[in-house]
Amino acid sequence: MRVLLSGNEAVARGCYEHGVKVATAYPGTPSTEILENIVRYKDDIYCQWSPNEKVAFEVAMGAAFGGVRTMVAMKHVGLNVAADPLMTSTSVGGDGGFVIVTGDDPGMHSSQNEQDNRYYAKFAKIPLVEPSDSQEVKDYVGAAFEISERFGTPVLFRLTTRLCHAKTPVELGERTEVERKEYEKDTTLRVVIPAHARRLHVKVEGRLKEIAKFAETSPLNRVEEGDPSVGVISSGIAYQYARDAFPDATFLKLGLSFPFPIELARKFCARFETVYIVEENEPFVEEQLRYAGITNVVGKEKVPLCGELNQSIVARSFGGGEEPDRAAVAPRPPVLCPGCPHRSTFFTLNRLGIGATSDIGCYTLGVMPPLNGIDTTICMGASIGNALGFEKAIGRDFAKKMVAVIGDSTFVHSGMTGLADAAYNKGATTVIILDNSITAMTGHQDHPGTGMTLMGEPTTKLDYIALAKSMGVKDARRVDAFDMEAVKVAIKDATDNPETSLLVMEGPCALMVRKTWTKAFVVDTEKCTACGMCLRLGCPAISRDEDGKAVIDPLFCVGEVCGMCAQVCPVECISAPAKA
Amino acid sequence: MQRTTNVFISGVGGQGILLASEILSDVALAHGLDVKKSEVHGMAQRGGSVVSHVRFGEKVYSPVIAEREADLLVSFEKMEALRWIHYIAPEGTVVVNDQEIVPSGMERYPEDIDEGLSRRAPNAHIIDALALANEAGNARAVNTVMLGAFSNYLEFAEEDWKKAIEARVPPKTVEINLKAFALGREAGAR
Ligand SMILES: Cc1ncc(C[n+]2csc(CCOP(=O)(O)OP(=O)(O)O)c2C)c(N)n1
Ligand code: SF4
Ligand code: SF4
Ligand code: SF4
Repeated sequence: MRVLLSGNEAVARGCYEHGVKVATAYPGTPSTEILENIVRYKDDIYCQWSPNEKVAFEVAMGAAFGGVRTMVAMKHVGLNVAADPLMTSTSVGGDGGFVIVTGDDPGMHSSQNEQDNRYYAKFAKIPLVEPSDSQEVKDYVGAAFEISERFGTPVLFRLTTRLCHAKTPVELGERTEVERKEYEKDTTLRVVIPAHARRLHVKVEGRLKEIAKFAETSPLNRVEEGDPSVGVISSGIAYQYARDAFPDATFLKLGLSFPFPIELARKFCARFETVYIVEENEPFVEEQLRYAGITNVVGKEKVPLCGELNQSIVARSFGGGEEPDRAAVAPRPPVLCPGCPHRSTFFTLNRLGIGATSDIGCYTLGVMPPLNGIDTTICMGASIGNALGFEKAIGRDFAKKMVAVIGDSTFVHSGMTGLADAAYNKGATTVIILDNSITAMTGHQDHPGTGMTLMGEPTTKLDYIALAKSMGVKDARRVDAFDMEAVKVAIKDATDNPETSLLVMEGPCALMVRKTWTKAFVVDTEKCTACGMCLRLGCPAISRDEDGKAVIDPLFCVGEVCGMCAQVCPVECISAPAKA
Repeated sequence: MQRTTNVFISGVGGQGILLASEILSDVALAHGLDVKKSEVHGMAQRGGSVVSHVRFGEKVYSPVIAEREADLLVSFEKMEALRWIHYIAPEGTVVVNDQEIVPSGMERYPEDIDEGLSRRAPNAHIIDALALANEAGNARAVNTVMLGAFSNYLEFAEEDWKKAIEARVPPKTVEINLKAFALGREAGAR
């Protein structure tokens, strides 16, 4: 049967068809939907969300030691978190196959940087597989497991946003079971004391040479004949753009691009005067060609390094076509939804003149006007360490002016150690967990603080207050995020407290409680003084009419589950419709 | 080789753009064509600008449409039509929902959108999809109204569209959605 699958769905389907038995991940755009689709095969594949990528990686590694085909998925920056186990996972895969899926994000549609994770393959000295559409994704998952098992190595499987999210036709197949291999204790492989690690390093270098030989003739690397005067080398999604930009050219399409099939490339390049190299972001392929002394190539001197490509950017890079004529239109950035529980914290911080080191999640949108509530956002978990650092640099009193704001999923991912640090090193830090009881930004996934597993089973639920108390944070309390007065009092108290404090702002993500939405609030226009206080909440449901008075769009307002605007209006002219 | 048809759909997160492009892709796939559909999930959902690219034909490579190559540019919101207008091909067709959604961070809708649109797309088909959706029985059916409106400009039979809608929307909403589609198809033909 032929169906349309996104690249993420195709990874899941590939895992199913190729006998995977364990799959783990921490969510992250663009890779999140891989595990969300694997759960459809939960009778055959055990799958779980881990609290972060490092743990997901380690659980997956253990499963591969246990002898079953295992896949771990994460977004590109997630691999930084898992880089420690990655760099030493040299012999994993020799038991059950081990495939690491990375979702890179050229163009940074939903990310904080544009790192090109192909370099991780080179850095960790493991093979790199790069498919170009969903059918290849599904097929190459199988190929990746074969490489992993044949050479006893983890394989890095690299997708990018457009591959993850674009839907393209895929022919479905059946599942083939792969038997679990018996576990046998072998400390020379799995205990990396220096004596063993030294031998393993030599082994890895030898193995790379073997895989390079394999790559020379692997069907994943192929020449597509065309115009004998134009040669192009490309891989991944960039191949599709190049195909549209050079419809008639001869292509060397790379699907197993590390270790690099240098003789294949040398032979290919010798056929042309100039060979065009089309790759998104870094010159990963180009560097390997130039390192081998192949110089009749044109790549990054023409093709932009920053940002996402498409066929017209590729064509323009080599002199075809002009810049499009864009209309000037005001931006429409994403915002906190109507009814978002995070809004009260940022509104209050803003009113009190307190800044925030923040973290990554929906709440990062608190940086937008009119909330303007954020000073720093760098990577997951950084908020608490950043706040403590500020205080150590500028002085204890600065903690009154700068709090750490972190989401619940992010806190579990990498905030717990930060809180322990603040308490241990006697910070006056105020840490605010914005607890909407879900990983919202990536599309609503469970985590250890929600009480549910990926496979839909109730489980233990992390108690942030008990955790903080056990770390020595005496002032730790829960606050109703929809009670504006309570939020204000709590923030004032916590910032006045000379010791580390924790506030857990509780309120469900508006999109998770659609069933509780009621009729929109209304503004009594007679009474409204056009003071603009409610507009400072930055709720997308509120705008001004011609007279500058507030109006609430009934299509957007979520009603009584929120009510924040009614609480901040100084003349009490906003109310639920029944009372109006 | 039959050339590739490019349909570019834009709007605001939450308007149901992805369902519309999903249905269009289903129809094209059912015709045995190669289809690629691309959009970006994540942040954009939170009231931001959203686009979906659908390409179909005998063999499609890139999943995204290049600037100046959209045969059909459909926008669920007026500002969003103007934002992406450089995607339209010289002979392309533009179908726009007359709805105005104030972007966050702005207190009022910008004033020069109509003028910009009539300059850049003088022949655009402009329909009031929100009114038609309400007429069909649900304001959230704007997406099927728009689907009906732009279906006039693609060579698939009305029956195929209806079948695809029935297969995609929740069973309870089939009737409303089919009515919305019919109203849109009628309005968009003009
Ligand atoms: C290392 C890393 N992994 C994953 C992500 C993707 N990501 C961004 S924010 C986020 C979690 C957001 O959840 P939460 O902290 O609960 O905040 P919410 O969005 O619910 O407000 C994730 C998984 C990332 N940016 N970095
Ligand atoms: S998805 Fe939920 S947490 Fe995110 S902005 Fe919307 S309401 Fe807030
Ligand atoms: S109650 Fe007020 S703040 Fe809450 S969603 Fe409605 S308009 Fe927005
Ligand atoms: S806060 Fe009250 S008085 Fe002020 S603009 Fe809003 S509705 Fe009008």
